[in-house]
Amino acid sequence: MTGADIREAIVDILSDIAPDEDLGDLKPDIAFRDQLDLDSMDFLDIVMELRKRYRIQIPEEDYPRLASMDSTVQYLEPLMKEIQKA
Amino acid sequence: MVTRRPDRERIVITGVGLTAPNGDSLCEFRENLLAGRSGVTQYETRYFGSTVAGVCSFDELRYQRRKEVRRGTRAGSVGIYCSHEAIADSGLDWENTDRSTVGVYVGVTEHGNVETENEIYQLKGYEYDTQFWSHHHNPRTVANNPAGEITLNLGVTGPHYTLGAACAAGNAGVIQGVQMLRLEECDIALAGGVSESIHTFGIFASFASQGALARNEDPTKASRPFDRDRNGIVVAEGGCMFVLERLSDAKARNAKTYGEIVGYAMNSDADDFVNPNPHRQAQCIRLALKRARLNPEDIDIVSTHATSTTTGDVQESQALRQIWGDNGHTLLNNTKSFIGHAMGAAGVLELAGNLPTFSDSVCHPTINLDHVDPECDLPGLVANEPREIKKADTILNNSFGMLGINSVVIVKRT
Repeated sequence: MTGADIREAIVDILSDIAPDEDLGDLKPDIAFRDQLDLDSMDFLDIVMELRKRYRIQIPEEDYPRLASMDSTVQYLEPLMKEIQKA
Repeated sequence: MVTRRPDRERIVITGVGLTAPNGDSLCEFRENLLAGRSGVTQYETRYFGSTVAGVCSFDELRYQRRKEVRRGTRAGSVGIYCSHEAIADSGLDWENTDRSTVGVYVGVTEHGNVETENEIYQLKGYEYDTQFWSHHHNPRTVANNPAGEITLNLGVTGPHYTLGAACAAGNAGVIQGVQMLRLEECDIALAGGVSESIHTFGIFASFASQGALARNEDPTKASRPFDRDRNGIVVAEGGCMFVLERLSDAKARNAKTYGEIVGYAMNSDADDFVNPNPHRQAQCIRLALKRARLNPEDIDIVSTHATSTTTGDVQESQALRQIWGDNGHTLLNNTKSFIGHAMGAAGVLELAGNLPTFSDSVCHPTINLDHVDPECDLPGLVANEPREIKKADTILNNSFGMLGINSVVIVKRT
């Protein structure tokens, strides 16, 4: 999956987790928490959905890397480059 | 001379919020009870397949955002809807109410089955690898979840918990509210019961294995308490929450009141896991009457529990006969014939549906009574059509449950 594919996958996951939010305006370099109403359980949802949909395991010490869209894509690119887009 | 309680110890119902399979407000519910309209429909459930059930259609998004509905449980959504509706109905100045003085007491028959079944079903798709088990499982299945979600949504910081009391849970929730107000644990009680039970296949399958699940070509005719051809329970979801206040507080703010809770009782059969004991049920009724300082003939309407099982309806009839004998003055009706068995919500929904009798002087019937079972042929049973009632001052509400739990609540017109 390319960076753009990963971005799309994350938006898809966020639209399930935060269905009331308008994700069209999401700023890629600003923390998700500063733009959307997300708490720690929501972040665990992101980790769980990545595990369920793409079999990606994210160690707990790497959770801070998922702070913003840019940082998330940067983190996931090497992990997901061999994965086919769903 | 009978000593009356001071107004500070007299507890009144000042608000009603509900969702039933045939109505999402007291007004709509009552209209359908008087018109004989059932809310039972065809229903499909995982593994068990096609059956009938009482399904609610209240607007989940009226008081919750999509994210909150997704995060929480159906029982939580039911409780939140009913609580908001009850508060609005009560006329309380909620914005300026000290939320630390509100207590939330919610009766449930069961909780956690829905979430657990869903999670296990999903886990099967991941070959039972528990790293795919939801982190939401625990907060969704803790037994206080339905009451807790109400406090989260409404910003209530007073006490909250659920009461597990099988099919007597709705009455138990109301009784708890009364007691906590008298103990001054709260100044406003949101009290009642909820059911999400149609969303667990296990309850259907278990009743079926027990030979106690209703079957009928016509879903609206499946729940037929006291009828010769009854064959079991219709499972239903639903909820009803009351705002309960001290009469002194209700008077001070000129609140409208639906009625006063003048007596209640709970006891246990100590007999059988599932089969009820009519003598203990009768004892429970007598205890509630004694506490209310009333005689059986003072009761105008008995809202019966009867769930449409072959045994249970007979046992309750024996208990009722012990108390009311051949007295034809006291009328008897049944709400489960309309909506099925709403489990934790049953008692309080059934009581709520009768409260408007105090103002419209009509007793709603029990429907689907085509041929009354001779063992359940009680004088005063209002069959199929509503009946005008000259004196409408007191309602007695029965709810009995598995493991031999019995509850009675008596409400008097204010």
